[in-house]
Amino acid sequence: MIALLLILIPLLGGIITFFIKKEEGARTWSLLAAIATFIVAILGFTICNSAEALTYKAPWMGLLNSSFSIAADGMGAMLCMLTAISFPIIFVSTWNTPYRKAKNFLGLMLLTQAGLMGVFLAMDALLFYFFWELALIPVYFICSQWGGEKRIKVTFKFFIYTFVGSLLMLVGILYIYSKTNSFDITAFYNAQLPFDQQMWVFWLFFLAFAIKMPVFPFHTWQPDAYQQSPTAATMVLSGIMVKMGLLGLLRWLLPVLPVASYSWGDTVSTMAVIGIVYASLVALQQNDMKRLVAYSSIAHIGLMCLAVFAENKSAVQGTLLQMFSHGINILGMWVIVEIIERKFGTTKMSELGGIAKKAPALTIFFFIIALANIALPLTNAFIGEFLMFNGILGVDPNISKYGIPFAVLAGIGIVILGAVYTLKMARNVFLGETNSLTESATDIVFHEKAILGIIAITIIVAGIYPQHLLHSFEDITNSILNKSDVLHLLKTKH
Amino acid sequence: MNALVLSAIFGVVMMFSGVFFKRNAPIKTTGIIAMILLLIANCMEMKGIKLFRFDVSAFMSFTDYALFFNSLAIFATLVYLLVTSGEMEKIGRNLADYFALIFFIIAGITITTSFTSLLSLFLGIEIISIPLYILTGADKKNLKSNEAALKYFLMGSFSTGILLMGIALIYGSQGTFSIDKMNFITDAKSNPNLHIAGMLFLLFAMSFKASVAPFHFWTPDVYDGAPTVFTSFMATIVKAAVFVGFVRLFGGAFATMEKTWSIWVAVMIAVTLFVGNITAVFQQSVKRMLAYSSISQAGFLLFAVYAMNSAAREGLLIYSAAYCLATIGIFAVLSKMDDYSFEGFNGLAKRQPVLAFTGTICLLSLAGIPLTAGFLGKFYMLKAAINTGQNLWLVIFAVIMAAVSAYYYFRVIQAMYFKEGPAQSVPATRLEKYTLIFICVLIVLLGIFPNAFLSWLYF
Repeated sequence: MIALLLILIPLLGGIITFFIKKEEGARTWSLLAAIATFIVAILGFTICNSAEALTYKAPWMGLLNSSFSIAADGMGAMLCMLTAISFPIIFVSTWNTPYRKAKNFLGLMLLTQAGLMGVFLAMDALLFYFFWELALIPVYFICSQWGGEKRIKVTFKFFIYTFVGSLLMLVGILYIYSKTNSFDITAFYNAQLPFDQQMWVFWLFFLAFAIKMPVFPFHTWQPDAYQQSPTAATMVLSGIMVKMGLLGLLRWLLPVLPVASYSWGDTVSTMAVIGIVYASLVALQQNDMKRLVAYSSIAHIGLMCLAVFAENKSAVQGTLLQMFSHGINILGMWVIVEIIERKFGTTKMSELGGIAKKAPALTIFFFIIALANIALPLTNAFIGEFLMFNGILGVDPNISKYGIPFAVLAGIGIVILGAVYTLKMARNVFLGETNSLTESATDIVFHEKAILGIIAITIIVAGIYPQHLLHSFEDITNSILNKSDVLHLLKTKH
Repeated sequence: MNALVLSAIFGVVMMFSGVFFKRNAPIKTTGIIAMILLLIANCMEMKGIKLFRFDVSAFMSFTDYALFFNSLAIFATLVYLLVTSGEMEKIGRNLADYFALIFFIIAGITITTSFTSLLSLFLGIEIISIPLYILTGADKKNLKSNEAALKYFLMGSFSTGILLMGIALIYGSQGTFSIDKMNFITDAKSNPNLHIAGMLFLLFAMSFKASVAPFHFWTPDVYDGAPTVFTSFMATIVKAAVFVGFVRLFGGAFATMEKTWSIWVAVMIAVTLFVGNITAVFQQSVKRMLAYSSISQAGFLLFAVYAMNSAAREGLLIYSAAYCLATIGIFAVLSKMDDYSFEGFNGLAKRQPVLAFTGTICLLSLAGIPLTAGFLGKFYMLKAAINTGQNLWLVIFAVIMAAVSAYYYFRVIQAMYFKEGPAQSVPATRLEKYTLIFICVLIVLLGIFPNAFLSWLYF
């Protein structure tokens, strides 16, 4: 029931929002719907987290052996939680941002939330595909309608890219379905396609996920889309939507096509490493805060993709934790960028400077989030990155022989270059002398402090005491690794 | 049988209604009521109530599948009449004749979908084609319409000749017209060239009627030149019916020769998808874009012929329903516009929110976005093709082409919603608006609950 509510509340809330005439009313209503979802999520994952509450199954397309089957396992619950936290934060942080026809904007946002929840919860391949596309359509309309100057072209590129990916995934799903005759996830896990088929079906799925994450060389849609979209949509895209790709890898790729994931592991890892180094280098050159954050996000996602293909417990646990942490951190980063853009009308670092003197509270929050972005100890990202690097370095030599070079290159990109560009942004924007633009700056107001406070507290709490979160991933990590344990499979064959 | 006899009678009734009624309104009402009666009569036959008992078993057999498709076609025509009859009367003075011709086409459709003899296939195809030639040229004062009608007539009669030639060759080889009695097993003595040539002639002729590449060259000119309301009819219901006949012919008569023709069909699918989609991308006029897009949709429909399994048969029904509804909807929106270019749609969402919204749903369905019927149509076709287990490159090629098609469909949505401009359009009447909304509701319902639709087939 909880699982169903997580989809239904934003869905119905979103549809109702379209019919609210007054802007104020629409904003309040959508915030209430988002908070209601958040409360349901909290209740669901803490108090009534029984198996019955978290699963829901209803007959749907009987002729096709597809059912409306949703369930929240450790990974799904975590991502739903992330989505549920993010939307109230997004709505509050953009409370004062003017939007033409705000009701349509907010309604589409809530529909996106429903689609995302569906993706994270779907336990049926066809349902997964449905939600995968449904999360995209409202975002397409949001970005094309309310984005920056070049929005139509950029969003269209983004849309076509992801649409190609998802259609290829559809072919993959249909191909496995032609063997299993059921879309249920357990049927997919038991499909066990022969080796030569796995090898090419892998790419049908992987392309969809790689475009969504995005992994080099499929990332070209991303910086433009992040820059041109309205910030609220960028928060959704970068904080939550990229996790769809990672979830796809962990839930639909590794366990379904274990042999191919093993065989292509090094190829994918190489792409991820190139992406990390490349994105970090490009991030160094950026003058626009939005583009810098976008490239930094590509690098971080690349690391998670690399860790997934290390296929060991430390790496997968780290990835799951980092999926949550990255969502929170980048959300905080965008909230600050949004505030700066609203105050000064620009996000160019060369035009800003010295904000620390005028807005100390904003600066403190920025530094907490920036340090989390660099993964300093005591921040949430530290635990995740530590576990991931540990996993990549300790990768079983039968899975990949290149654990050490991968880890070193990724380390250069994420740890060293990451610190360089993040601190460069801190220096150019917040430190130094004020200029004519930032002279008259004012500090942030209460509701902005509140949401940044929540983000900062989450960062620090998860950094000091990650045990609870890690514990909740235990089962799902084991089951993923169990199903994708190729070495075991190979041993029994010989 | 009910539908066949009644549609012929109603056709004659409609012709005379032009004599009795001087104004257009009663003609329209008569036509719509007649269409509803036709739908009821056909549904009665689905339930086993036969109004006419002639023995036509040598020529036609009204199977459940054919009856179901006929209901679908008649229902789609009813929706089509509701949404476009207002525009139809602006074309010329002979409204009663247009209605009569549409009823005759329905008669042709019922024959084409249920033939068992090649002769009745020929009759069906001709009964469909000849009224279409006239409807194409209905806008008598318009040079483009005249040109389109002449072109269509010349090319169409030529392809009919090929169809006849094919039938003659098959008759020469088999000594029968009945598709159930054909037997193409080749032994050392018999010469296979005769029936292979006949089969190919039939394949080409049917491809022509269904506007499958490389026999599609008439399509853009004819669809562009014909009055928009009639383009809508011939690009949807007629085309779907031809495909049902196509499947019946190749699944029935030529089923044993599948190895020979399946590779031809596979290549034709690829060419059709490629030509239709790539050319549509470069069009400046929405109407011409839709003409090319209908070619590319024919490529997807052709999967039903290629796969020839139960998923393909179901898929053909869903795809036809989805495609007919969405295309009728988008053509109804188009017929309200003053300017058919992409720029002409700029800013339509502000001026005509209902038209823009319903048009968007139709376009999303044509592009195959989930939750719309169009997705399920594509889904079934791809599923059918994958189930055959061969030529998987074709499936991957088809989805890439589907992504290309999203490009040009979304260009219209972009123009309507995201661009500013003075989209000039004739305001739609209340009936048209409600019918358009009804179409959208059907598209979405069919996209979520295809079971409810298909279960009628299995009753």
